[in-house]
Amino acid sequence: MGVEGIGASVVRKEDRRFITGKGRYVDDIKIVGLTHAHFIRSPHAHAKVKSIDTSAAKDMPGVVGILTGQQIVDDKVGNLICGWAITSKDGTGMKMGAWPAMAPEIVRFVGQAVAVVIAETKNQAKDAAEAVVVNYEEFPAAADIRAAIKQGAPQLHPEAPGNVIYDWTIGDEAATEAAFKAAANVVSLDITNNRLVPNAMEPRAAIGEYNEAEEHFTLYTTSQNPHVARLVLSAFYNIAPEHKLRVVAPDVGGGFGSKIFIYPEEMVALWASKKVGRPVKWTGDRTEAFLTDAHGRDHLTNAELALDANNKITGLRVKTYANLGAYMSLFSSSVPTYLYATLLSGQYNIPNIFAEVISVYTNTTPVDAYRGAGRPEASFVVERLLETAARQLKVDPAELRRKNFITQFPHQTPVIMAYDIGDFGASLDSAMKAIDYAGFPARKAKAKSEGKLRGIGLSCYIEACGIAPSKAVGSLGAGVGLWESAEVRVNPVGTIEILTGSHSHGQGHETTFCQLVAERLGVPISQVQIVHGDTDKVQFGMGTYGSRSAAVGLTAILKAMEKVEAKAKKIAAHALEASESDIVIENGEFKVTGTDKSIALPIVALAAYTAHNLPDGMEPGLKEGAFYDPTNFTFPAGAYICELEVDAATGKTSFINFVAADDFGRLINPMIVEGQVHGGLAQGIGQALLEGAAYDSSGQLLTASFMDYAMPRADDLPSFKLNHTTTLCPGNPLGVKGCGEAGAIGASAAVINAITDAIGNNKLEMPATPDRVWHAIHG
Amino acid sequence: MYETIYHRPSSVDEAVALFGKGSDSKYLAGGHTLIPVMKQRLAAPSDVIDLGKIKELIGIEASGDTLTIKAATTYFDIMQSADVKKSIPAIAYLTSVLGDPAVRYRGTIGGSIANNDPAADFPAALVSLGATVKTNKRSITADDFFKGLFTTALEDGEIITQVSFPVPAKAGYEKMRHPASRFALTGVFVTKTKAGDVRVAATGASQNGVMRVPVIETALKANWSAAALDSVKVSDSGMLADIHGSAAYRANLVKVMAQRAVTAAG
Amino acid sequence: MSTIKLTVNGKAVSADVEDRTLLVHLLRENLNLTGTHVGCDTSQCGACVVHIDGRAVKSCTVLAGQAAGSNVTTIEGISKGDELHPMQLAFRDNHGLQCGYCTPGMIMSSIDIVHRHGGKLDEETVRQELEGNICRCTGYHNIVKAVLDAAGRMKVSQAAE
Repeated sequence: MGVEGIGASVVRKEDRRFITGKGRYVDDIKIVGLTHAHFIRSPHAHAKVKSIDTSAAKDMPGVVGILTGQQIVDDKVGNLICGWAITSKDGTGMKMGAWPAMAPEIVRFVGQAVAVVIAETKNQAKDAAEAVVVNYEEFPAAADIRAAIKQGAPQLHPEAPGNVIYDWTIGDEAATEAAFKAAANVVSLDITNNRLVPNAMEPRAAIGEYNEAEEHFTLYTTSQNPHVARLVLSAFYNIAPEHKLRVVAPDVGGGFGSKIFIYPEEMVALWASKKVGRPVKWTGDRTEAFLTDAHGRDHLTNAELALDANNKITGLRVKTYANLGAYMSLFSSSVPTYLYATLLSGQYNIPNIFAEVISVYTNTTPVDAYRGAGRPEASFVVERLLETAARQLKVDPAELRRKNFITQFPHQTPVIMAYDIGDFGASLDSAMKAIDYAGFPARKAKAKSEGKLRGIGLSCYIEACGIAPSKAVGSLGAGVGLWESAEVRVNPVGTIEILTGSHSHGQGHETTFCQLVAERLGVPISQVQIVHGDTDKVQFGMGTYGSRSAAVGLTAILKAMEKVEAKAKKIAAHALEASESDIVIENGEFKVTGTDKSIALPIVALAAYTAHNLPDGMEPGLKEGAFYDPTNFTFPAGAYICELEVDAATGKTSFINFVAADDFGRLINPMIVEGQVHGGLAQGIGQALLEGAAYDSSGQLLTASFMDYAMPRADDLPSFKLNHTTTLCPGNPLGVKGCGEAGAIGASAAVINAITDAIGNNKLEMPATPDRVWHAIHG
Repeated sequence: MYETIYHRPSSVDEAVALFGKGSDSKYLAGGHTLIPVMKQRLAAPSDVIDLGKIKELIGIEASGDTLTIKAATTYFDIMQSADVKKSIPAIAYLTSVLGDPAVRYRGTIGGSIANNDPAADFPAALVSLGATVKTNKRSITADDFFKGLFTTALEDGEIITQVSFPVPAKAGYEKMRHPASRFALTGVFVTKTKAGDVRVAATGASQNGVMRVPVIETALKANWSAAALDSVKVSDSGMLADIHGSAAYRANLVKVMAQRAVTAAG
Repeated sequence: MSTIKLTVNGKAVSADVEDRTLLVHLLRENLNLTGTHVGCDTSQCGACVVHIDGRAVKSCTVLAGQAAGSNVTTIEGISKGDELHPMQLAFRDNHGLQCGYCTPGMIMSSIDIVHRHGGKLDEETVRQELEGNICRCTGYHNIVKAVLDAAGRMKVSQAAE
């Protein structure tokens, strides 16, 4: 490892622009002639739009245009799609209702747009929007799962009777049933996985620009995957053909999944820019983010664990209702199925698993992937069950886990996943040592003598990252391939540009991807530039989500690097009159092994472009591309342990210690990896203690601002103690697994296990607010 | 935000005159309540009269048995004031847990009490300490000043000029923060006056805004100690209830925060 | 409309804006200082923090008129040419930022924290003082480290001056 190579905690190249206020986010972009859009949104959760009267508004100062849902339908702009087909247990396809970008007739959640006002300034657009009169006929709403599935519930979509989108199963029902019949002990738990709002700090924004002379569109957008946005906008939404549409995702202020999806506002900004003949900018405010960014989680689950007389797990049975909101968002269908139920084996050898997932429509904001996407829900089910089982069986929760760990790899679970490698005992050992698990009973007793309730909670998570390979996900219903592309350009003077389909919105790719080049070629990272986020520059890519950028994106770069290196070696060998097989690359030089003969990379590059003296038949230039499609998911895993105290008088929780031991395979930049874990842990702890989107029975979002939705703040969180154990991923040449979601997947169960341990009552829903904890103690 | 006309008077008289000229004027102090409400278009003042730069409204005076804080003095300046720390340290503490540092630089005592948010901290201090609110027209006792949610005795155009607190024998404040907004989920201010009277006020708890808590006052009058409240039961009738706290929880917090405030008061 | 005159990052500037204009919009739209961000509507996230007359305030909750005549410093104004402010360096060196969106406000608030507390900062104090700044990426762990690191650096650089 060089000072800037793989494994080095290199400070980030991208930071300079961010710490000096020179980042360039969508709302920072100004274009000549720019207009501003303000959406008129439904105040009702379920209603019919009877009329829209724009007569008073259209002549107000600065108004450029007012466009309605009917117009977008008339222009044949396509309905929003869901890109993953799920088949119900009865063999029928999923029951998908139509989702136009602006509602022409029926609105199904508070905040759904019905029209847009475009004006010279943002304030003028807002002023005029208030003068647009929308006449609604209100319908009864189904604001949560229970309300949506009961007899006589309001029906959201004619396509989905009973509001059920699909009723899907996985695993062997009969074998699992038999395991429960034979069980010595059965542990059962009802679990609510609370609905979360992603709340990336940069609100979503979009600028649509239409160039009439070229018949060409440009969309600047807050996207985690601009190429997928372009594909969907052209192939399904009919706004512009692919070759006439450029999508740019510049600096993006966090995503956490919520910026994967192509939203109505982006479609409208693009479509409207042609309608009004001016560039159109929309920047959401925080309230719009709460109302319209895809939410996360929202499950109701009953889970049961069967154990034999030796406390070996023999079966797991899970029934989950998943709330997908009012419409099926882009990947919504896959989150509670293939990203959830396939992880229900956790770190354990469970011979029989059966899960049923029923996804339902409700009159709420659409729900889709949010950091972890299905895997936090699965991990929470498994780890709460394990903890509950240990308490019920009166055995040490660490020992019960250890007894059931998978220790042989590869391991085929009963729910599709084939774990390639891991050492779950090692991470549990590491975490237990870090928190002094053995000393906990004494600490608890001491706290008790001081009138405090102390608890400890474990969570041994496993997740699946880098969703792949394309053929497999295609067979499971995915509408896209899940590979990644890369191009390595060595310029004539020897500087290097890496073009990648991955997108960085906080992950530090501009640094870590350079580290691979530094490792391979020995050149300083200052000579390497990462190019991403612009469909005009990078040919295609699948973007960044599901912790895939290292395992898939970086491996694609490695594949392209290998091709570049092979060609460069040929050029160097030719120039040095040596055999190609004798050339090695060190410190930016191509050397003939065993001699002092060498040639520097810039000379090789120049030779490639002058083409004066290349090997016979070689094409000029030094630029190679690669597409990489992995052979399997990667399986990061680890153990988190939380120790905390509860103030019995107020129900307030205070952290004593939070330790993590993660196995992410090879770490490219440990500093950045740890930063990802910190952020994930904060979101997992946020889910456990603070965050929860709440609707009233009429479908009004009660938590539509930071006044009511509790975001984790610095004084809500502890400092974290991180440790790493390592098994290299055999599925990719770098041995990397992915680290972006682990914290959010593993943390919440550790926290809830600790609180319920402290208070001696296992009935506690997330978020475990002081109010709920106090009631759990005092009734 | 709707368009408005911004004024920056340099005296109370000028402010009052400007207020009268506007069709629907509003006074602006720190702006941390009015501006967010205007941004949401829930308030549409024709004229905004900025009191923040009026010198006669800024300053703190401690004289013998009275601490006087002028209305446009910021929380930060109150928190830092040696006079406040010396005469009524509980007020310095209250401001140190009010809002966040950036809010404390802008927010003012006058703005807080004129708004009378049911979860604001200062109303509890005024009621508990038996403060007097002075305006450009009159003096009003704290008990008479606060009239329920977001409602006060202030008349249209009337400006708070200062708040005078009798220096107590003992006083303390404790609050449980609202997990999202960081306002008081429930806060309790306890005061033992130099005459030996006990006054206790809770904020964030009642549906009617700041309230006295007689059952706690009685217990503390008999025995000024946290333990004296162990057997006291605060009724949850009339308490706020929402996703962040049930009525029973808030009633419990009134007692627990009172106990901790007494301990803090010494 | 009013003409607002103020000093921003040491330069006298003037802009004609509607009276409803917030300071953050004056900075971003009229002065093209887009380093100051808007992250919420309720004065809570702190992405918009700037210094007015040396005090860290939320520029989304200040009318441009209220700032008239004041001395405003934004994230663009804290480095001396190419020489970054110790707080900027500490954020970079401690990986105190990821997506960068909350970062300008975090840095401006953190400088104010160090100014008020000097070398007496500890982790708990930093966490409490950061109450008005929300970050969704870092879990605050490295931000807290950065502020503590910068407190040391700022003491050293003050001593050198």
